[in-house]
Parts: sequence; structure tokens; C-alpha cells
Amino acid sequence: MADKVLMKGNEALAEAAILAGCRHYFGYPITPQTEVAAYMAKKMPKIGGTFLQAESEIAAINMVYGVSSAGHRVMTSSSSPGISLKGEGISYLAGADLPALVVNVQRGGPGLGGIQPSQSDYFQATKGAAHGDFHMIVLAPASVQEMAELTIKGFELADKYRMTSMILADGTMGQMMEPVDLDFKITPEPEKPWATTGTKLKRNHNIVNSLSLVPEELEQLNIARYERYKTVEENECMYEEYLVDDADIVLVAFGITSRVSKHAIDNAREQGVKVGLIRPITLWPFPKAPFQKAVGHAKAFITVELNMGQMIEDVKLATNCKVPVHLCNRVGGMIPDHTQVYDKIMEINEEVK
Amino acid sequence: MVVFEKPHALTDVPLHYCPGCTHGIVHRLVAEAIDELGIEGQTIGIAPVGCSVMAYDYFNCDMIEAAHGRAPAVATGVKRADPDNHIVFTYQGDGDLASIGMAETVHAAARNENITVIFINNAIYGMTGGQMAPTSLPGQVTQTSPYGRDTSHCGYPIRVCEMLATLEGPEYLERVTVNNVANVRKAKKAIKKAFQNQIDKKGFSLIEVVSSCPTNWGMTPQDALKWIDDNMLPYYPLGVYKDRSAKEEK
Repeated sequence: MADKVLMKGNEALAEAAILAGCRHYFGYPITPQTEVAAYMAKKMPKIGGTFLQAESEIAAINMVYGVSSAGHRVMTSSSSPGISLKGEGISYLAGADLPALVVNVQRGGPGLGGIQPSQSDYFQATKGAAHGDFHMIVLAPASVQEMAELTIKGFELADKYRMTSMILADGTMGQMMEPVDLDFKITPEPEKPWATTGTKLKRNHNIVNSLSLVPEELEQLNIARYERYKTVEENECMYEEYLVDDADIVLVAFGITSRVSKHAIDNAREQGVKVGLIRPITLWPFPKAPFQKAVGHAKAFITVELNMGQMIEDVKLATNCKVPVHLCNRVGGMIPDHTQVYDKIMEINEEVK
Repeated sequence: MVVFEKPHALTDVPLHYCPGCTHGIVHRLVAEAIDELGIEGQTIGIAPVGCSVMAYDYFNCDMIEAAHGRAPAVATGVKRADPDNHIVFTYQGDGDLASIGMAETVHAAARNENITVIFINNAIYGMTGGQMAPTSLPGQVTQTSPYGRDTSHCGYPIRVCEMLATLEGPEYLERVTVNNVANVRKAKKAIKKAFQNQIDKKGFSLIEVVSSCPTNWGMTPQDALKWIDDNMLPYYPLGVYKDRSAKEEK
């Protein structure tokens, strides 16, 4: 194991992208993810890569579309309002089955919102980034180490399934500093025979395209894409369980709120309350297995979210609404402290005793 | 003895364009330039949204279909992925390039992005059935300007070459047309030069081709070509609007 270095989450993510072989970054300034662009601006020219500040988020995602069409690992990063602008391009990436990494270091919304941490783009990331039937692989880091690890994982999954991977971080993950171990084993990039790299007059032309005017054909393309998504759901779900085995109450949280939740859980356990945590790491595909297991003994679930209650819908689906699912939340850039979560645990504990 | 054949850079797929439309001529000119420069194997073309959305079926080189207006950004990505080996062109209409994609156009030009842009200006949205374009002439009747384009209500058409010529960035800007044989020959020369500039790493070259849309103009093909002379060219004068290398050589 190599020595750990102290890094900001955004910088660890950027360095991990370079380690993953990404040599093309396109972005547009927006708080709180600007460190990613700044890091790339410094590093890329020195390693023969491309950093380009695009004229807009829309242009940046379309530059990503171009590099991906040419068969290279490529990324862009932004924060909530910017991701909305990238939605069009993300839909085209899905329609053309192009791999890419998109990072969303979320801030409060809607509209211009604020610049403090948020998880209010959960619906957008997991269900409706833009028009059409499609999914992204959505990865939710809960530490600076995971900002790096999941970035590498994101590139690998994007290439494997020809999809967009999104790192869905909250502002806290981007801004906080922690020791990180960057000694990663990188899977080599797969061959991309579909890429538009020039025919060299040796093969038929490749076409990267999302247009399909014959409805029978477009239907089949959508069905085939969802077959691929099914494989992702079967093979790529990631989650962490913390003290779930005997839990009467199961908290569900990702990103920064999972860390706050653990603190509250430890305090509640000291008071004899059997409480645990399921932390989805992939938000799409949403890991259903730990919920199906936990619903056998849990009397209630509590989602801890920085939004008005978005992941709670997936938890209700994953548990088939067999037990109550409650919400403990703050919004607008506010983060619940462990006492708020503790109090919620105690309140629900009274109900289920 | 073969005296006239299809350029290698065009496929055998029949074009879907309306009778009398000048897209076919411009496709051929682009393909001839690619053939003559021997660059088909390294060329990647970007099709827009609009009438030429299916251009990816017509060119034999690798092709990408871009979102509406975003072709210059996509081209930027493709070019920067392998600047020494990729020859990249976009093929865009007036709605695509000068309305929804104006920011991408201006900034690709400002960066002197080393790409070739073929800009078809026929003063109308063809694919969607003839709506007012950013280049529709004052008084021009379209589906969305049924009483004629009223400049007091929706402003004036944009002269793209003139506007881009105010920028330091671009290498080469020329407006041509294809409404007669002499003009087709001039257009061919300009298009070939726009590709040669890219090979020579000179930067952003845009050729605006004043074109006809007999279907949505509601004219015969012959009348449409005449309408270019009588109405389009007075507002959109032909000529070279910028040629940095030629200027530097002087």
C-alpha cells in the first residue's frame, strides 16, 4: 500500500480520472466543483492531455460526445444547474450508446439555488436526466477515498456497458480534505471497434448516431438497451451495510448523510437501540438485495437525505412498503447534525417498540 | 471510358433531398474535395439536425450525428482526440448553425478550432416544413412569418461570414453559391481550400453556401436558383470575408 496523501475530494477525483487514462476534460466554471477544472487545467497540458474550458455546459457535454465517439476516455464535471444544461447531451450519449463520465457535485436548488451541499438531484440522476428511456450508472461516494475509487470504477463501467457513469457527490464530498490512497490497479480500456477514428479505407464507415426514424427499429434499440441495463442491475449493485443484521430500525443514506447517520447510530446503540444503516453506493442500479433481507427483521426504515424526500421512493419500492419508511432531512444547503438523526431514531423507536 | 462518376467519398445510398435542392450539389463538392485531397480514410464528418440530418448515410467516411446546433462542439472533441490524424468537418444548415448553435459556432471560430465547417444558408428551416430562419430575408414569407418577416417584430437576418470576420480567431471565411455552373466551380475551390487549410493546420475555415429550397420557398427549381440571384445575393454578397494566410503573405 502506498503512502496516503491529503487531498480535497474534487482533486482526488480529478487525479483518479487521470490515473484511469482519461486525457480529455471539458468543463465550465461553477461552484462547488471548480477545483476539478482547475486541477485538470494544471495537469493535462503536462501529460499530453486536453483541458478545454467550453463556452457553456452544453458545449462541454458535446465535446465529450465528440471525444467518446472517437473512442477515448473523457469526462466533464459540473454542479446541479450545469447538469440540467448537460441533460440534452447526456440523452444523446445514451441514444448513441457512448461511454462517458459526468460528475455532479450537487448544490441546493431548484433554479440557481445556493452553493452549499445538497442531494436534491437524486431524481434527476437516477430517473430523469433528460428526454427518452435511458439510465446512467450513478455512483455516490461517501469519502475522499471513494471520490477517487468510484471515478475509476465509473470509467470502467462506462466502457463495459457503453453508458454514461455519473459521480453524484454532494458539495461536502467535493470540498472536504481527507487522506487518500491513490495506488489503484487500472483495467485497460477495451477495444472500441465502433469508434469514429477514420476508416483508413480498410473498413466500412462507422456511424455514431441516435436517430432512428423507423419505429419498429427504434423500439428494438430501446429494448436491447434495457436488456443491457438488466445486466447492469444484476451485476453492478454496490452498497455498504453497517450494523444491519439485528436492526429494528434501518437508516438509509448516501454521501455525507451516511457519515452523519453512523455517528447517530453509534450513540443510539449505546442507549440499547438496535439501529443500522444501508448505504447504497450505486444509486442506479439501486441495490434492492439488502432491503429484501432487512425487511425480514426491521420494523421501520428512515432515509436521511439532503432533499425533500427522493431516495425514500426507491426504499419504499425495494421494501414493497412492508414496513413504514420515514424521512429525516435538511435542504437548501443545510446538513442535519447527528443529534437530529439521533432524535429521529429515538422518535421512531418509541413508535415501533 | 468513364468520363463522369460518383466520388468515392459518397456512398451509393439514394439522397432523400427534394428535387432541385442544392444539398446534392454541395454533398458532391465536399466528397470531391475529400477524394482529391486523399483524406477519406482519416475524415470524420458531423451531420446536424435539419435536412442534412441523414448525411451520415451519404458520406463514406466515418460519420457522427450531433444534437441540434452542437456540431462544432462535437467536432472540437473529435479533433482534439487526435489532432494530427483526424480531419473533421461539420455540415450544418442556417437554423442549426446560426440560431440554436450560434454559441458553438462563434466559439469554435474564436478558438480557431482546426476544423472545416460547411454552412448551408437557404434562409429557411427545411426539415420541419419551412419556418422562419435566422437568415430569412426581410419580408420573406414562411410558415412562421406568414405575413412576411417583419423586422420591427423579429429583427434582422444574420450575416454569419461578416459577423465571424470581426473575430481574431478564424482562418478562412468565404461565402459562395451553387446556382450556376460558374458558381459551382468557385464553391468547389473554396470547399477544397477549407479542407486544405485544416490539413495545413491553419485553423477554422467556414464556407457559407447560399442555397435554394424550392419546396419551402414554393418555387420551381429554376425560379429558386434565380431567386438566389435576385434576393439572396444582394443581402448576402459572395466573397472572401477572411483569409489570414493570404493577408500575411501580402
